[in-house]
Amino acid sequence: MTNHWTDIKNADVVLIMGGNAAEAHPCGFKWVTEAKHHNKAKLVVVDPRFTRSAAMSDYYAPIRVGTDIAFLGGIINYLLANDKIQHEYVKAYTNASFVVNASYKCEDGIFCGYDEAKRKYDNKDWAYELDKDGFAVVDETMQHERCVMQIIKRHYSRYTPEMVETICGTPKAAFLKVCEMIATTSRPDRVMTIMYALGWTQHSQGSQMIRTGAMVQLLLGNIGLAGGGMNALRGHSNIQGLTDLGLLSNLLPGYMTLPGQSEQKIEDYLAKRALKPLRPNQMSYWQNYPKFFVSFQKAWWGKAATAENQWAYDYLPKLDKGYDVLQAFEMMHQGKINGYLCQGFNPVASFPNKAKIVGALSKLKFLVIIDPLATETSEFWQNFGPYNDVKPEEIQTEVLRLPSTCFAEEDGSLTNSGRWLQWHWKGAEPPGEAKADPEIMAEIFTRVRALYQKDQGAFPDPIVNLTWPYRNPKFPSPEELAMEFSGKALADVTDPKDPTKVLAKAGEQVAGFAQLRDDGSTSCGCWIYSGSWTQAGNQMARRDNADPFGIGQTLNWAWAWPANRRILYNRASADPAGKPWNAKRKLVAWTGEKWAGSDIPDMRPDAKPEEGVGPFIMTAEGVAKLFVPSGMVDGPLPEHYEPFESPLATNPLNPKNAKAFANPAARVFKGDMEQFGKPDKFPYAATTYRLTEHFHYWTKHVHDNAVAQPQQFVEIGEELAAAKGIRNGDKVRVTSNRGKIETVAVVTKRIRTITCDGKKVFQVGIPIHWGFKGVAQRGYIANTLTPFVGDANTQTPEFKAFTVNIEKA
Amino acid sequence: MDMNRRQFFKVCSAGIGGSSIAALGFSVKPALAEARNFKLARTTETRNTCPYCSVGCGIIMYSLGDKSKNVKAEIIHIEGDPDHPVNRGTLCPKGAGLMGFIHSENRLKHPEYRAPGSKEWKRISWDEAFGKIAKLMKDDRDKNFVAKTDDGLTVNRWLTTGFLAASASSNESGYITHKVVRSMGMLVFDNQARV
Amino acid sequence: MGLQTLDLKQRSATTTPSPQAKSNVTEVAKLIDVSKCIGCKACQVACSEWNDLKEEIGFNHGTYDNPRDLTENSWTVMRFSEVEMKEGEEARLEWLIRKDGCMHCADPGCLKACPAPGAIVQYANGIVDFNQESCIGCGNCITGCPFNVPRISQKDSKAYKCSLCSDRVSVGLEPACVKTCPTGAISFGSKEDMTDLAEERVVDLVERGYKTAGLYDPKGVGGTHVMYVLKHADQPMLYAGLPADPSVAFSVELWKGGLKPLALLGMGAAMLGGLLHYLKVGPNDADAEEKEKEAS
Repeated sequence: MTNHWTDIKNADVVLIMGGNAAEAHPCGFKWVTEAKHHNKAKLVVVDPRFTRSAAMSDYYAPIRVGTDIAFLGGIINYLLANDKIQHEYVKAYTNASFVVNASYKCEDGIFCGYDEAKRKYDNKDWAYELDKDGFAVVDETMQHERCVMQIIKRHYSRYTPEMVETICGTPKAAFLKVCEMIATTSRPDRVMTIMYALGWTQHSQGSQMIRTGAMVQLLLGNIGLAGGGMNALRGHSNIQGLTDLGLLSNLLPGYMTLPGQSEQKIEDYLAKRALKPLRPNQMSYWQNYPKFFVSFQKAWWGKAATAENQWAYDYLPKLDKGYDVLQAFEMMHQGKINGYLCQGFNPVASFPNKAKIVGALSKLKFLVIIDPLATETSEFWQNFGPYNDVKPEEIQTEVLRLPSTCFAEEDGSLTNSGRWLQWHWKGAEPPGEAKADPEIMAEIFTRVRALYQKDQGAFPDPIVNLTWPYRNPKFPSPEELAMEFSGKALADVTDPKDPTKVLAKAGEQVAGFAQLRDDGSTSCGCWIYSGSWTQAGNQMARRDNADPFGIGQTLNWAWAWPANRRILYNRASADPAGKPWNAKRKLVAWTGEKWAGSDIPDMRPDAKPEEGVGPFIMTAEGVAKLFVPSGMVDGPLPEHYEPFESPLATNPLNPKNAKAFANPAARVFKGDMEQFGKPDKFPYAATTYRLTEHFHYWTKHVHDNAVAQPQQFVEIGEELAAAKGIRNGDKVRVTSNRGKIETVAVVTKRIRTITCDGKKVFQVGIPIHWGFKGVAQRGYIANTLTPFVGDANTQTPEFKAFTVNIEKA
Repeated sequence: MDMNRRQFFKVCSAGIGGSSIAALGFSVKPALAEARNFKLARTTETRNTCPYCSVGCGIIMYSLGDKSKNVKAEIIHIEGDPDHPVNRGTLCPKGAGLMGFIHSENRLKHPEYRAPGSKEWKRISWDEAFGKIAKLMKDDRDKNFVAKTDDGLTVNRWLTTGFLAASASSNESGYITHKVVRSMGMLVFDNQARV
Repeated sequence: MGLQTLDLKQRSATTTPSPQAKSNVTEVAKLIDVSKCIGCKACQVACSEWNDLKEEIGFNHGTYDNPRDLTENSWTVMRFSEVEMKEGEEARLEWLIRKDGCMHCADPGCLKACPAPGAIVQYANGIVDFNQESCIGCGNCITGCPFNVPRISQKDSKAYKCSLCSDRVSVGLEPACVKTCPTGAISFGSKEDMTDLAEERVVDLVERGYKTAGLYDPKGVGGTHVMYVLKHADQPMLYAGLPADPSVAFSVELWKGGLKPLALLGMGAAMLGGLLHYLKVGPNDADAEEKEKEAS
């Protein structure tokens, strides 16, 4: 989230799209009901289903699964065509005025630089025009025909209300009603928040869906303001934290990235990441990358990381490509992976195409499960009748299952979607012999290390030299680990402006990432978490809920990254002169000497407004990017593509270009393309989702939740049910080209028939929560049906849009 | 109501006797304390956060006893933390049912091993489990570690063993997990955020 | 004030009046704002957890309602209704979700109908509570209830229903369902405060176009200590059959008002028998007797 949960109460309009906050995040949704009750806010919900969020809305509009870019692109067109944008904000805080290279173009849904054979773009022609100093050329009148404003006007002029209706199935009147409600927030004193979640992420064009939402918010001037923002609701309790800490194939902590194999020297690696400003006076904060990186290498390899050995740069593995989970299971399926460790994760239930997942696991030599609960994955080799019809005797995988503790049995911090790191305390002993995750990891590591110390082996250096300063090497304490990622001074850290002034003495915790250095004098495991444990102690354990400004900015409750800042880009909550757009919900303002207010300013504190330092300090431009010259693999602007499995035969936006049917830059593995269903056999659009009574595949182990939703079901509309002779409560069989599930039908008015491209489209809703382990009634894994393809940028699987057939069982 | 008829009459007749006695002024036993006793009067309270979704609601866990030596601190009740700025004491149906997760009959209690082709688990010791895992990992790493590519680039990666991290574990668990996994050169590494 | 005081106002089947002298006890109310209720069932779970209830795991019958009905182990359930409301030419879909459970009537039909002394009590703050120790399982409370709320357990032949968490209220806490409600759809306080809050909510709903929004506090049962804010207060039946004008059944009123003294007289003989029986063998235990029979 750019903002945080409590802040939603400041909104005038709430748009829930690509998410279902009432069901998936009920306690956060209270701030929507609060905004409605006490701020007269209007709630707009756009969703394929009339959800429990929709039941709370002032206005609901239906949409076909997977067509959100068309809808949002239509909103952009509406805002531009009807002059409903926040002009001053757009001009000063976005790249609308930047001029793009003459060679840029987009034809029939394909951007320039496309290589069809590789399904990849070369983005060199998406760049800005640069002046002789290397700065981007801008036209402040925004009239230049190649400036971003004019490019997006042209690009989205195709997204007319009629086109939205054709693609999305949203009646034109309903679409326009949504546009009108949203457009009211183009006024500087009105603000809208967008709440989205996996309903946008889990598509083959998911990243671009989210970007389109962000573009709408930027045009309305709603980013950086209290009650505004782009708010990813996120899934698990620490999905934010684990992402922040970089537990992904290509990441390091703090959104630093692993080197590619072409980056053999640390200079090449750092130069690419320490971005120089593209406009004068801009902060381009990633210029500090070397400080964060060197401090990180020092945290992990201590004395073994020296200037001479490029701070142990060789200790980091180098990428030739991404090894995300789809890639991992593809390799496993091909027999190229021997061992796999699953820590608190249940891929058999959570990943697409269950048959492929179980097949892949069956080819492993060994599988290690670390979990508090008996998951499906841990018993993938066991026969559970139709729910998991395998032959154990043929599966040669060794499986070790280790019991771990749960939240109640450990100390530590979790990072919520509002970026708050909240410490929690142990209240009970674990059951049986269960051990905490850090203890399990430490045992595995110290034993592997001992083997390398004794017998040598392949490149032991990064293992034997890994810093392991913990009092009990077999069980590092959460306190020690938190202090390590927050960072400390290895030598005295002095003030660059006054070298006689010591900011942090050797051995002390640093106060924050501003004190990190690139000369090896500081260590910090995760720069964005720097300051979470200072000399003053554990900031994450703070529990003062005072809200002195009355807008929900509880700065002394826990600790938020970065720098305890609660609302990102908050400099944009004030106009270019530093005066808040709306004094009633002031975040920061220029006092004449410095930036101050109800939040930690997201700006150099002494940057005078006349210096023109842009509020988006992480970008090289200093402003937000409506058009992205680099960073997105599938285009500088979002374009509507069909899901890989669609009930339509062509993409109505570019009907004559088969290349632009589905995301042309999405990776598809051999064999999976063939497994995509076609409308003749699988005519119905389907989507998977959570219900409020359950949490993923976890609460089916909990009695009271099993009581509240005991058994698997699918939801269909009344018209489809009548056509298929299905009555409410009947047993039905749902099939995709990858498998089938048998379950109970809930026939409902809440899923309505829509018309797309002149064709009636029926949608089938498939909740995910059941499986063959747990106390709830047994059910099929919903992901038996889902396709094995991901978003072009993130490789997040397309769980939210695919096709099925349904029959009475 | 689904009693058989005979039972119903019996219950009724017994009831009439009892009620009549009191109605006419006799009381066969002292008046009952009407409400149940409040069950949390002397429990220990511990602050925690809900492990499910990313709203990060504050919870208060009420445990049996006062943490003295001879008492096993068992969680007997969970409620929302009223001080928490986001949930303000509220909890959704998952959070309200957290007790059932802690005490779920499906909690794992001991390390177990499933041999190739086997249909069952065998209980093993932690020592045996860790010993096996360390050996399996080192053998595979030594065999398949790629120090350099064919064209001479230093890559130091290990691709034949992968790791899937949780996203309901703490930052401290995540941090140490990342540190261990990456130090071995693993790239096949993801967490729940990917999906 | 004394919101939390559990002084008795009346007991079932008891002629001796309860003490009435204390006059500074405030009536409580739980206000359920249906326009804020997302039907998440947190209240169901919190109720079970607090009251140590363990419902059976059921099945899906084509609806979100689960458990499907109130039971001795489910004192509150969410009831879901899909309703299409005419709005000019168009039909607007509404998913009406109502938390069902005991309404804690000011004039409780269950208590009036109950023949077991002290099995049902009403506290001065308005809470109507069942004492299972005194319950004889006759089922009259079900007949007496205009909302079809009490349920008799097959296990012990005793009636159960929501106690408004009288154990929590008595120590100054809100009921478990109120505390947990994620969206603030359930509030708790003095009846006066809750009525004021309802008024504020009704104004908001009318502004949003729900012209017939209003408070449900039916007079036929003397008002209730569980009240609803409804978007369509003119049609409570839309909400899974919430009665438009509930009242205590005439037969129950008759029993309480006129026939009961007569009946009590007639029971004099039964009383002697009953007392002798009690002195000889102790309290009846239907289950134990039944089991003995089965064993023999």
